[in-house]
Amino acid sequence: MENQHFVKVRNVTKQYSMAEGQTLVALDDVNLTIARGEFAGVVGPSGSGKTTLLNLIGSLDQPSTGSIKVMGQHLESLNAKASAEFRNKHVGFIFQTYNLLTIYSVFENVELPLLLLGYSAAQRREAVMEALEWVGLADRAKSKPGQLSGGQNQRVAIARAIIKKPQLVLADEPTANLDTKNSNHILDIMAKINRELGVTFLFSTHDDKVISYLRRKITLHDGRVTTDEVIDAHH
Amino acid sequence: MLTIKLAMRNILGAGLKTWLNVAVLSIAFVTIIYTQGIYLGMNEQASTALVKVYYGGGQYWQKDYDPYDSFSLEESHAPLTPELETFVQQDQATPILCALATAFQGSRIIPVQLKGIPPDQKILDLPTAALNDETEMIPALIGTRMAKSAQLNVGDLLTIRWRDVHGVYDAADVKIVHIMRTTVSTIDASVLWLPLQQMQKMYDLQDEATLAVLTQTVQPVAVTADWRFVPPEELLADIKEMVQQKTIAASIMYVLLLFLGLIAVFDTQVLAVFRRRREIGTLIALGMTRARVIKIFTLEGILNGLLALLVGALWGAPLIWMFARSGMAMPDFVDNMGIAIGERIYPVYGAGLILGTSILVMISVAIVSFMPTRSISHLSPTDALKGKHR
Ligand SMILES: Nc1ncnc2c1ncn2[C@@H]1O[C@H](COP(=O)(O)OP(=O)(O)O)[C@@H](O)[C@H]1O
Ligand SMILES: [Mg+2]
Repeated sequence: MENQHFVKVRNVTKQYSMAEGQTLVALDDVNLTIARGEFAGVVGPSGSGKTTLLNLIGSLDQPSTGSIKVMGQHLESLNAKASAEFRNKHVGFIFQTYNLLTIYSVFENVELPLLLLGYSAAQRREAVMEALEWVGLADRAKSKPGQLSGGQNQRVAIARAIIKKPQLVLADEPTANLDTKNSNHILDIMAKINRELGVTFLFSTHDDKVISYLRRKITLHDGRVTTDEVIDAHH
Repeated sequence: MLTIKLAMRNILGAGLKTWLNVAVLSIAFVTIIYTQGIYLGMNEQASTALVKVYYGGGQYWQKDYDPYDSFSLEESHAPLTPELETFVQQDQATPILCALATAFQGSRIIPVQLKGIPPDQKILDLPTAALNDETEMIPALIGTRMAKSAQLNVGDLLTIRWRDVHGVYDAADVKIVHIMRTTVSTIDASVLWLPLQQMQKMYDLQDEATLAVLTQTVQPVAVTADWRFVPPEELLADIKEMVQQKTIAASIMYVLLLFLGLIAVFDTQVLAVFRRRREIGTLIALGMTRARVIKIFTLEGILNGLLALLVGALWGAPLIWMFARSGMAMPDFVDNMGIAIGERIYPVYGAGLILGTSILVMISVAIVSFMPTRSISHLSPTDALKGKHR
């Protein structure tokens, strides 16, 4: 039961008030459940509400109406501190623009979530090196993000997202700034992490390369879920 | 602890910008201490000198005496009260009679103030014993300023004319018996010191005085309404105020410097909140609360101040220590300011000054560090992640 309703989105609407009293409906009565271990993607054109949905599931924002339950926790009941703790412990974020801290080394970037969790220096070192192994960047620990390629930066971001062994990784258009080779590389890495560590992945994308990796494709259109299909493709 | 670690990492990572802020702040910090120390030293030196040669442990003033109104001198004399007389008998006070006179030096006419004092007094650190030397003529003791302005040497005669208590004019020659060096212009410029008894005779003011200086070790007592005790603090209030005014004038420079440093930090903070909003969003996504992000950003600003104190101590301490030890030569113009200071002034850098300045710098840096970060508290993390700022 808990595994089946790992993420449960109930009648969620998100509206933004615009100038002159108008409201923009970014999400419109969305219902969705995601099971533990899925490798799913929210697909749709730009502006369809993908980022909004991921941010709500990641407890970075609150829905206007409806409720979201992740790992048994009602996100709307969390206060600022509890939702920060929820993100810190359970959710890894990956962004289109990598969002690494440029003055930090690769090591320091990946280490940051563990610092927040209060791990000891030795524990952090071991975990960082392990995470960097996963993304194939163990030899670049001392580099600064500026010295790495876009693909490498995104791999550092993946390492940062998985270092705390989160149950859920939310990846918002992770390949949008990458070429085919790098896109496939990071998708291979994420698929492997999903398979071997059991981490649930939820993507937002309109990139066919990403879609070809997905095992479930949820299509959003103007804030509404239009199709939700399981893909059996084995590549 | 983590907050400090991250803030430190951030500002050291910012490199040049941080060191520029730190440099300006540390210069302001050291300059404040440096200048304040000079004025504190001036005040202390001037006060010590004045107490030694004129103010003693306080003065009893005849009720009409007003040091700022020389015409008051005509009225301000009275016999000492029995209590004051006892003090004088016990070598715990010395009477001084003040009066106006005119000196004739060649073709020049110089208005002077005569101060009569017992030559044997032990209260004030003045070479009044020299007034015992002469028996035939009225001996006079002067300071170097007076000697210079009236071109007088030891042994010279000076004709003075005065009007006694009955309004009768009289004249006599006085003989310069000694020229003293003093930093205190109040007892020097246009002043002739005479033996008290002779001066009392000249003015026909037997046993009268204008003021009585107490030693520093004795407690003042209440006397008749004809006399008023003026404690040393009140006597020194003028000099304190004068130094304070000069301090304020000097402080404009370092207030400007401090202001510059604060603007630099403020600017860094405003820019940080604006330019680093994607980083702010990321930190929140990684599990920080906004309150924690505000703490980190504020601390970054504050660390600028702390580094400035550290860097300032590193280069400022040896400099300031050197100045405090060897003093600094005072230019001549200082004398014209009417402050009694030696030829060298020894700045005083006390713990109070250093602590006070550090606190001033830190509090002002903390304020300009915190203010810009407050806007983070209503920054939505999703907007921040998009690089938007509403
Ligand atoms: N903070 C906001 N204020 C106003 N409108 C917003 C805000 N965030 C998103 N939107 C709007 O909501 C809609 C969905 O946005 P988004 O979730 O970013 O779409 P996607 O990620 O699919 O491109 C868009 O029309 C967008 O302009
Ligand atoms: Mg988007």
